Amino acid sequence: MSRTDMQTVTDLCAQNKALPGPLMPILHAVQNRLGFVPHDAVPLIARELNLSIAEVHGVVTFYHYFRKERGGRHVVHLCRAEACQSVGGGVLEAHAKRSLGIDFHGTTKDGALSLEPVFCLGNCALGPAIMIDERLHGRVSAQRFDELMAGMRSAEAGAP
Amino acid sequence: MNAVKVYVPRDAAARSVGADQTAAAILAGAQRRGIAIDLVRNGSRGLLWLEPLVEIETDTGRVAYGPVAAGDVESLLDAEFTAGKPHRLKLGLTGEIAYLKNQERLTFARVGLTDPRSIEDYLAHGGYRGLHAALDMQPAAVVAAVTESGLRGRGGAAFPAGIKWKTVLGASAGQKYVVCNADEGDSGTFSDRMLMEGDPFVLIEGMTIAGIATGATQGYIYLRWEYPDACAALQAAIGVAYARGYLGESILGGGKRFDLEVRLGAGAYICGEETSLLESLEGKRGQVRFKPPLPALQGLFGKPTVINNVITLASVPIILERGAAYYQHFGLGRSRGTLPLQLAGNIKRGGLVEKAFGVTLRELLYDYGGGSLSGRPIRAVQVGGPLGAYLPESQFDTKIDYEAFAEIKAMLGHGGIVVFDDTVDMAAQARYAMEFCAIESCGKCTPCRIGSTRGVEVIDRLMAGENAAKQEAILRDLCETMTYGSLCALGGLTPYPVLSAMNHFPQDFVKAARDAARLRIPA
Repeated sequence: MSRTDMQTVTDLCAQNKALPGPLMPILHAVQNRLGFVPHDAVPLIARELNLSIAEVHGVVTFYHYFRKERGGRHVVHLCRAEACQSVGGGVLEAHAKRSLGIDFHGTTKDGALSLEPVFCLGNCALGPAIMIDERLHGRVSAQRFDELMAGMRSAEAGAP
Repeated sequence: MNAVKVYVPRDAAARSVGADQTAAAILAGAQRRGIAIDLVRNGSRGLLWLEPLVEIETDTGRVAYGPVAAGDVESLLDAEFTAGKPHRLKLGLTGEIAYLKNQERLTFARVGLTDPRSIEDYLAHGGYRGLHAALDMQPAAVVAAVTESGLRGRGGAAFPAGIKWKTVLGASAGQKYVVCNADEGDSGTFSDRMLMEGDPFVLIEGMTIAGIATGATQGYIYLRWEYPDACAALQAAIGVAYARGYLGESILGGGKRFDLEVRLGAGAYICGEETSLLESLEGKRGQVRFKPPLPALQGLFGKPTVINNVITLASVPIILERGAAYYQHFGLGRSRGTLPLQLAGNIKRGGLVEKAFGVTLRELLYDYGGGSLSGRPIRAVQVGGPLGAYLPESQFDTKIDYEAFAEIKAMLGHGGIVVFDDTVDMAAQARYAMEFCAIESCGKCTPCRIGSTRGVEVIDRLMAGENAAKQEAILRDLCETMTYGSLCALGGLTPYPVLSAMNHFPQDFVKAARDAARLRIPA
């Protein structure tokens, strides 16, 4: 972790420390800012909150959402739950992995995106559903998936 | 000329199929043509197969068009849809659409009608009347009203809400809490999400009433991270409620304090279980606690805590506004009031149907849902999320009623109904239930942590036809151990989908039958 990132983590701890039960808000804040919860952030957070490293590590690793390693610039969450399964979620999952050339938890070679499984996005009447960063998409066919990925890449290319 | 009111939902499901693009196209098109419009981003009406559903306010009521893609907007403007004129996408008066008209919307009364960002709209549609009533009552009388209404926990466990509240009211402590369980993790459910996005004030009002009734001054909404739109809606509404004196140190100047904060989960299904949710709020691993002590006595940070689901808390204002008897007269037996049901999965008309208890599954699946989306026969439905039983066609006449479902070894849970057509492989679904349990187990108790992994292995051997009779016996024995030996509902109910799949669809577990069937089912 760079010196700047260390400072960021320390600052985020300071900002949230006074909350009752501050650990989850701090971990969310760190992941929001850095894209993941770096290994080196754990002892730092532990020290700031007067917790053991094991306690903080235990929390980070318990929750599926917290990333332990740097991911892509965008994260695609693909729903694996029953409602999406019933309308071809499995086919979409296979297509996503094949077309991106990665498995779940993987990141594409160009670093553009990571693919993560998720159990329900609350879009169960309009499945299969995926979420790109914080944006939900419904009725995602293989073709629609490709369009969304292409759209994301071209938006990236156009960005300054 | 007055501006025409045009409604385009900002609900995440509507946005997931293009509502933002539709709204932008309407704004741009109307501007180009010099038509003055007032665009309102309302909640969803819950007719999700018609999203994006656009409504126009007319002299005779709101007229609906849907589903409206951005590409349809020009032709709609050509047809003068802003005056409610005919178009191939016109559905008529929204309130007259049978799917909506035949519902009994109590908790969802305002969802889709109002602008969820506007407290004026909320107040104009009866909002905060429940709170005003509660402020004029003794706390014990508020709790009694909730008890008499018959309201049971809508999260899944169906425990009488009034009894929880009474325990918290009776506990003496310097600090008490109200926690809203908004960790809606069951597949096939989205009523919490729709309500928080479409009418966030009603949840805030319900929690405030719970605080006043039990002496709790701090509330937390534990919201799953997967719902960013709901988070934004809640944050906006909480900000307004503070600014207008509906939250804070002296609610409406009456001297009673209630503060409210949103906290985010991090993708752990188990945190929908109330004690692991409390652990998570405290900043720990979301592991289930032993009960007793009950959360009502030693809950968040060891203090007395009311913990209820979103729909439970959001049903409280109408009970206080209209009286316990009004709410109680809906429903049947010990299931009183209404349940917002969610039609999901392979269903033609998926969406939210709030009905009094007593409606049958068949009515929901066919009269409302219109059968499967694929057009193939419905073979099974899973009610109550990933821990709910799979029901075959022969059980579709079961009434939506907690006890009726318990009788057939099923559960209503949070009211999600996931539909599967005849291409479903029930052995694969049973395997998935065990796999899900293995992934999501908190690890505290052995039957759940180890049993689920062993369950996947046994089902694999069974499907491969390795000494099938023996594998089935092992699987049933394992299910019994999980049912009676698990600490909470995750391990305890995973056998529901597994056993119901085996009992109702035994042919799917026989290798020879599977091999033969594979030749018949089109890819």
